[in-house]
Amino acid sequence: MSERLKPEEPTRRDLLGIAGTVAAGCVILASSGGMALLPMPRLLPEPSKRFRLGRPDEFPPGTERVFPERNVLVVATEAGVAAISLECTHLGCIVSKDDGGFTCPCHGSRFGLDGSVVRGPAPKALPWFQVSRAANGTLVADAAAEVDAETWFAADSGGTKA
Amino acid sequence: MNEQQQQPGTWEHLRGTPKAFWDSMVRHGKPTTDRSRSQVVFTNLFLHLHPTRVHRRTLRFDATMALGLVTTALFGVLTVTGVLLMVYYKPSVDLAYDSVKDLQFVVPSGNAIRNIHRWSAHLMVAAVILHMCRVFYAGAYRKPREFNWLLGMALFVVTLGLSFTGYLLPWDQLAYWAITVGANIAASPRELTDALGMTAWFDPGGFIKEVLLGASTVGPEALIRFYVLHVMVLPLALTGILGLHFWRIRKDGGLARPGIAPTHAGKGAAVGGSAPTAAAAAPTKSYGLMAVVKDRKPATNLDPADTVPAWPYLFRVELLFLVGTILVCLLLGLAFDAPLKELANPSVPENPAKAPWYFLGLQELVSYSAFVGGVLIPGVVVVGLSLIPYIDREQFEPGVYFSGPRGKRVAWHSLIFGGVVATLSVAFPVTFGWLRNWWPGIPQLIIIAMNPGTLLTAAIMAWSIWVHRKTGSTRMAAIALFTCFLVGFAILTYVGTVHRGPNWDFYWTHSSWPVH
Repeated sequence: MSERLKPEEPTRRDLLGIAGTVAAGCVILASSGGMALLPMPRLLPEPSKRFRLGRPDEFPPGTERVFPERNVLVVATEAGVAAISLECTHLGCIVSKDDGGFTCPCHGSRFGLDGSVVRGPAPKALPWFQVSRAANGTLVADAAAEVDAETWFAADSGGTKA
Repeated sequence: MNEQQQQPGTWEHLRGTPKAFWDSMVRHGKPTTDRSRSQVVFTNLFLHLHPTRVHRRTLRFDATMALGLVTTALFGVLTVTGVLLMVYYKPSVDLAYDSVKDLQFVVPSGNAIRNIHRWSAHLMVAAVILHMCRVFYAGAYRKPREFNWLLGMALFVVTLGLSFTGYLLPWDQLAYWAITVGANIAASPRELTDALGMTAWFDPGGFIKEVLLGASTVGPEALIRFYVLHVMVLPLALTGILGLHFWRIRKDGGLARPGIAPTHAGKGAAVGGSAPTAAAAAPTKSYGLMAVVKDRKPATNLDPADTVPAWPYLFRVELLFLVGTILVCLLLGLAFDAPLKELANPSVPENPAKAPWYFLGLQELVSYSAFVGGVLIPGVVVVGLSLIPYIDREQFEPGVYFSGPRGKRVAWHSLIFGGVVATLSVAFPVTFGWLRNWWPGIPQLIIIAMNPGTLLTAAIMAWSIWVHRKTGSTRMAAIALFTCFLVGFAILTYVGTVHRGPNWDFYWTHSSWPVH
């Protein structure tokens, strides 16, 4: 009984014990690290952010068209064509356009016609996306490429004007 | 008859088989006496979480209000109904909504089970919060129960996580937009990193959102992730932490009650010293530890006269509340249908898009700044609550609500103060607007620093510090802080639930919402 109460003398095995524990810890850590990588794919499983808008003559000045699957509004004026995001920069709800600008239904953010924040909690203006012309002549917007507000893509190619 | 008498041995053997089987399974006699019942409690895996004897006070309703019991019972109800729902639910964007509709209209009792699951989830969140309040006001977080308070906080967070992940699964409009808002709240540290111009190389918000959703928007990847979290990861985490939580209740000496000095049972050594009664400072359990205890004689429980056997007294109470909880869930499930809106539509948001009620207080704060309301303040609250027992190390009597009349007074004053400040924090911006209404070009950093949410938090903290100055007691300061936090939570939740309509505008009644 009294034997058991005495602490054991440290032996050479303690070193092995410590080494074993450290090794086990390293293995667990390394494998956990490997497992932690799993939820982060190299490529997000999403369709390309670039999408076709249509032929330039589908966008005469004064056109406004919403692409609902992309939540993008395409506006055409005399200056050209532009694509504006409809995703509120606050928490991602979809804004709706009225005469004076855009309104978010979730927390009442209000944006001007150029996308700038007028009131509400939105921290940033609605981004404008790059519009360009593909090789086959159709207009293409790229939701991965933000451009400055009021960047209009002049789509004046011959034959499209009435 | 004749044959039986001719071969008594074989028959006796066969007849003894069930008993032999039973005896191999349960290792105790019939639970007819106190002694054999304690043996049952002691040797049965499922019962041995209980002590064999409990203090009389533990069984009093006002000591616990049975809130921990009810929470556990609700978790049981949720587990059973959840597994049943899994039989039909299909976690795929194309099938999820239809499978929930099937549960609602085709599967026998499917609708009732879904309703029960939904309502008991709401009840569980409420019960966890009330349990936290009970433990706080009883001062039961005091040493040696600090760590169990921390485990309780972890359980609170996991419960909210379970509720949040479950919210997406029906894949209806409510689900889709609540999770879109939630995921963007997770991404809202971007608000700060954007303002500081460092998002390009340091983007914790975007990282969390991407890990959570597996994509940049709520879609198939998000659904399966939330499903795995909801049915596997979080329930396992909850069960594990719950086991620790229960175990610590026992090891920390049972229910906190006045007149007992803090002990660290299980560490073996009597604490002594500062204890009001020398005998009080003893481990509550000594058997099996004799070989390692440094003390001379085994100390046993101090006042056995005030204890009663767990069987039947404690079990009776537990059964009562278990059955009561199930009954309430059942009635709720039969009386009220769980909401199910139209199929999720990523291009038409709900208006208003409201999260479940316990997040509406946050949603109220989020309507000024997503980062402050959704990340900063909840973070401060959770860390602050967790730290309570480590900051307030005062030696007050545990198990006395509000620690006496002074604490009750502080709580009343804090109730009024918190109520006024929280009401102001809603009423002022609703009436006059906030910074951006006056100066539209104001930098985001100023709004992050100065908004009704941060001002409310600052006011509550200042109040608590003032109470500490005035009373010189950290317990009183903690009561002030906790009470203000509770009142603020209640008022913001109420406003978010009742008074917010389309575009998050303020409406006195639901009937005054614009029709569209």
